Amino acid sequence: MRHTIAVLVKDLPGVLARVASLFTRRGFNIESLAVGHTEETGISRMTIIVEGDERVLEQITKQLNKLIDIIRVKDIFPQNSVERELALIKVNTASLLIRSEVMQTVDIFRAKVIDVNSQIITIETTGTEDKVNALIELLRPFGLEEIVRTGKIALSRGSKDISTSKKQDE
Amino acid sequence: MRLTGAQIVVECLKKEDVKVIFGIPGGAIMPLYDVLYSETSIKHILTRHEQGAAHAADGYARATGKVGVCMATSGPGATNLVTGLANAHLDSIPLVAFTGQVPTSLIGTDAFQEVDISGITLPITKNSYVARDVKDLARIVQEAFYIARTGRPGPVLIDFPKDIQLAQTEFKYPKKVYLNGYKPTFSGNVKQIKAAVQEIKNAKRPIIYAGGGVISSNAFPELKDFVLKTNIPITTTLMGLGCFPETHPLSLGMLGMHGTAYANYAVSAADLIIGLGVRFDDRITGKLDEFALKAKIIHIDIDPAEVGKNILVDIPIVGDIKNILKKLNEYVHKKKETEWLKIVEDFKRKYPLKYNNNEELKPQYIMETINKISKDNTIIVTSVGQHQMWAAQYYQYTEPRSFISSGGLGTMGYGFPAALGAKMGCPEKKVICISGDGSFQMNQQEIATAVKNNIAITMIIMNNGYLGMVRQWQELFFNKRYAETTLNGNPDFIKLVEAYGGTGIRVNKKQELYPALEKALSLDKFVLIDCLIPKEENVFPMVNPGSPISKMIGVDKL
Repeated sequence: MRHTIAVLVKDLPGVLARVASLFTRRGFNIESLAVGHTEETGISRMTIIVEGDERVLEQITKQLNKLIDIIRVKDIFPQNSVERELALIKVNTASLLIRSEVMQTVDIFRAKVIDVNSQIITIETTGTEDKVNALIELLRPFGLEEIVRTGKIALSRGSKDISTSKKQDE
Repeated sequence: MRLTGAQIVVECLKKEDVKVIFGIPGGAIMPLYDVLYSETSIKHILTRHEQGAAHAADGYARATGKVGVCMATSGPGATNLVTGLANAHLDSIPLVAFTGQVPTSLIGTDAFQEVDISGITLPITKNSYVARDVKDLARIVQEAFYIARTGRPGPVLIDFPKDIQLAQTEFKYPKKVYLNGYKPTFSGNVKQIKAAVQEIKNAKRPIIYAGGGVISSNAFPELKDFVLKTNIPITTTLMGLGCFPETHPLSLGMLGMHGTAYANYAVSAADLIIGLGVRFDDRITGKLDEFALKAKIIHIDIDPAEVGKNILVDIPIVGDIKNILKKLNEYVHKKKETEWLKIVEDFKRKYPLKYNNNEELKPQYIMETINKISKDNTIIVTSVGQHQMWAAQYYQYTEPRSFISSGGLGTMGYGFPAALGAKMGCPEKKVICISGDGSFQMNQQEIATAVKNNIAITMIIMNNGYLGMVRQWQELFFNKRYAETTLNGNPDFIKLVEAYGGTGIRVNKKQELYPALEKALSLDKFVLIDCLIPKEENVFPMVNPGSPISKMIGVDKL
């Protein structure tokens, strides 16, 4: 099964290495990893997407919780969370014909053109992973030059949060 | 008060009540050693190899319950600590290790004697720090000690760049440790405790399986109360030896791969296992799918990650064992059923530990003899291999912290330096180190440390000229093909110890053992006894790796 794990960590050197090594040791491949600052200074949040056996993942979560620089760890379930990913996509649009078709697709997906020259259009899109995948697949026939994706980030819906002040005491 | 980084560390060590440090200086840690040079309240023991320093600090911690401290320089000094840190990590021993590091401006440039020791030790420490700012130093040292000794104890490493040792700042010792990512659970969940009480009440064939956690939690009085109050038989792991007196009729000794047959049979027949500070390690459970099939399992441990790691648990209780046992003791009652105790008694009577005690100098006989003549206040320290198992089987441990051994990592060479550390921590106790000739040679350079500092331990080598445990496995599983297990070229250990200015006694025959031991124990100095034991003696009982623990070899019914 695929899991989205949110991890609140202290913003210190070495924390990422500690987190990554726990996954590596149990043979888990991290599909995506997004890290950024949170509402609190000195605290960063990682969103990690992994695929794997439930029990092993529970073990990894517990091991993550043991790391001193990790404040909280939470499995986020898709049904009660919002998740987004951002992608930048370069499409080769040397021919004008192609260019208008690409622009239409961009419109349909409510994506944005953020850079353009005579050869290349650069498109920005945000959305669920599925939406980003769909846009990429539609653009592929035109000739993809380069793609970069941030990896998914996720928040639980409503007032549920994983604030730093109350580390779960389970 | 403005102090240098090195002075701040020494001030912090004094605040942490550190009395002894084990280590070796070198280029990148010289400023710190320079401050230690004039510090009278802290004794520094110069070992002859950094691995020895780490194990000595570990032995010190196990014997005293305090945090052990070791030090090394950058690069090779630091990497030499690695085995010792891993050893402490796997056995949950509180340790703080300081390593010198190249100046911050050179970090990451492959400078002379530079390694990323914090990176190297990442998976084998509870936490590690690189002190990059002298202003953080006092907090870091305080946190390191706090993290090492609280919760599930473990080693913490502080990498200490040379320029930070020399940099100055105002010294302020933080009033309190504040770590929002580290809050060990101490008191167990009340509902779970009540559920456990109910299971204990309902159980017909309960058994206690106690481990090192009981010792790190200092829960011996509570455990004793619990056993006596409930009348439940108890078996311990290697790490748990001594947490309950083995002389008591309810004690079944050690379980697992080389445990007693009666402990393994009892666990296999039990309907309730009460695991206290244990981790259901593969050396205990044997074939996991067939471990204690008839039993419900209560697992009490301070580390939530241990619960459900290897085995599914019916009632997990996370918290400090001492606390939880206190709570349990309020509710539990004496079990009235005597049938189970009779069954266990029967196992004990039918399948005792035994060996062929002939006229040869058997290692088991050595342990029995030491058991007879050693008084209370004796600490047995071992290395790893056959001798370790004989020491676990044929000596009756009655006090906590009286058996010190490398359990999880199985580090050959651990015993000797650890024994020196134990003696430094408990000078009033007799410390007897048991080692094989293979293990001893892995850290024999520490004879110098023992003799020079007059650390009065008795070092017993069970000398069979083999890497005995590996040879035993070759005998049993590899058609007696003794690949590279013959230790040809052993030195004359007596001459060796004499070359260092120490005392050695050779024991060739059974009848020489007792006088040698008496003499060694009466002398207040380091004495090595080289016991020439039969070359191909085996450790039994034995559970073949991958077999269930009820299937042992080397067990005959009386």
